[in-house]
Amino acid sequence: MDKKKNGIIDKIPNWGWLMISLATALVLWYVLSITPKTARCFPFIPKVIEALKTVVEREILWADIKSSMISVLLGFAFGFCTSVPVAFLMAWYRPVQHIVEPWIQFIRNIPPLAYVPLVVIGAGVGRVPQVIVIWLATFLTMTITIYQGVRNVDSTLIKAARVLGAKDKDLFVKVIFPATTPFILTAVRLGASVALTTLIAAESTGAFAGLGMRIRSFNNSYEVEPMLLYIILIGIIGISIEKIIKFLEKKLTGWQETRQV
Amino acid sequence: MAEDRKVKVKIDHVEKIYDGRQGKMIALNGVDLDIYENEFICVVGPSGCGKSTLLNIIAGLLEPTTGAVYVDGKKVEGTGTERGVVFQQYALFPWLTVKKNVMFGLKLKGMSDAEAEPIAMKYIKMVQLEDFVDAYPKELSGGMKQRVAIARAYAVQPEVLLMDEPFGALDAQTRTQLQAELIQTWQEERKTCFFITHDVDEAVILATKVIVMSARPGRIKRIIDINLPYPRTQEMKMTKEFMDLKNEVWGEVYQEYLEIRK
Ligand SMILES: Nc1ncnc2c1ncn2[C@@H]1O[C@H](COP(=O)(O)OP(=O)(O)OP(=O)(O)O)[C@@H](O)[C@H]1O
Ligand SMILES: [Mg+2]
Repeated sequence: MDKKKNGIIDKIPNWGWLMISLATALVLWYVLSITPKTARCFPFIPKVIEALKTVVEREILWADIKSSMISVLLGFAFGFCTSVPVAFLMAWYRPVQHIVEPWIQFIRNIPPLAYVPLVVIGAGVGRVPQVIVIWLATFLTMTITIYQGVRNVDSTLIKAARVLGAKDKDLFVKVIFPATTPFILTAVRLGASVALTTLIAAESTGAFAGLGMRIRSFNNSYEVEPMLLYIILIGIIGISIEKIIKFLEKKLTGWQETRQV
Repeated sequence: MAEDRKVKVKIDHVEKIYDGRQGKMIALNGVDLDIYENEFICVVGPSGCGKSTLLNIIAGLLEPTTGAVYVDGKKVEGTGTERGVVFQQYALFPWLTVKKNVMFGLKLKGMSDAEAEPIAMKYIKMVQLEDFVDAYPKELSGGMKQRVAIARAYAVQPEVLLMDEPFGALDAQTRTQLQAELIQTWQEERKTCFFITHDVDEAVILATKVIVMSARPGRIKRIIDINLPYPRTQEMKMTKEFMDLKNEVWGEVYQEYLEIRK
């Protein structure tokens, strides 16, 4: 795969590349912040830090993070707990799959923002509609991923277990469950990412706090600096969650032949 | 002479009809066979003649359409640990280490780790993988994987060992080596074996009896006794007796290939 060793490029360690990448972004950011056309939407670091101080003083930062995380966690938890049984039912009973799968695919392709007003009409404003929207979005994504995992369990492994004396219960606990683990973890990773990207839509349901809700309110008051700060924050939260899950994946499914992306 | 030995597996007029998308397909058309205790049966025959189907029926993984299989006079219904199986695709549990794979069946019998471990180690030694007890299957070569699968099958101490082209995916050298190891083990324990292969050489060097099957519909065409002496060695493949038997088996199989091409 590697072509040929070309000296300097290969000698730079990973953390070195990270630094270079960071520096590049900072330069680009700075250039954007002084270019007249983009200066207004890309205030540079000192202004963003200033904004950080303000939102901490106004005591909204922690409240927003907390509120958003509660919605994300609740929605994700409901999504996970419902997608696992539905995925297994789909994989085991053909009729369930035939009836349910087309609709999952259909709804999955609708941007959550589109059906948020419906949820608000049904569930009112506040925490409930936020959780419902995130629940729905994560449920759809995770169900499809886990379902595919259960379908992909190698039938010779099941045969091998049966000839070694496995009963139905053993098959589930000792074969199907571990064989599906990589897909469940992938589903968790995709679900977490969907939960976060859906957050903004979810918080447009008349939330009282939250990162997404605050970005909208900053928008209304033309406060660009804190807005950019919040956007960056959402990115940091997202990548941290992904890193944690990737770490878990590595720990739990290191036995895999080829690692999927 | 064979008649006073004990029939270990009785295949009693087994018929298997698959109800596939292209209509009914007769995979086995009334197969009768007595497998005696301590026999090493090798089954050869053209692709699609129903060898795997027959093995799966003996294993209890498939039900015959009519007829039945008896082990020690007891009708086979479902799988049982007195019948061990080695698959061509190894079928190791990728999330378990070599040792845990071999312990899998023992744990299902209700053994504790402390009880199962020494037994697993014994069979891991038998297949010479002591240095890989804690390796995962992905870290093993094909030959090593199949050794683990053999150890795993042996560990639960089945009375009959069913093997479906276990060496089919291996290179010639590894294959020869595993054959030698299998002969060695069989000479020690004389476990009843039912072994499917495409390789006539392999069939003759391993078997006490070669079964040639014919296709469309699948049935037993001929049974050839292999009276080569023990201990069997690779050098034996140069002897006239071996060559003659091989030609005899090959002749039968070749006829079948011609039949199919018609
Ligand atoms: N699940 C199934 N449904 C329908 N037909 C099947 C099924 N399994 C096997 N068959 C058919 O039954 C016949 C016997 O198959 P089987 O796998 O037993 O052959 P085989 O002798 O083991 O072949 P090979 O040497 O290629 O492994 C084949 O014609 C195959 O197409
Ligand atoms: Mg086969």
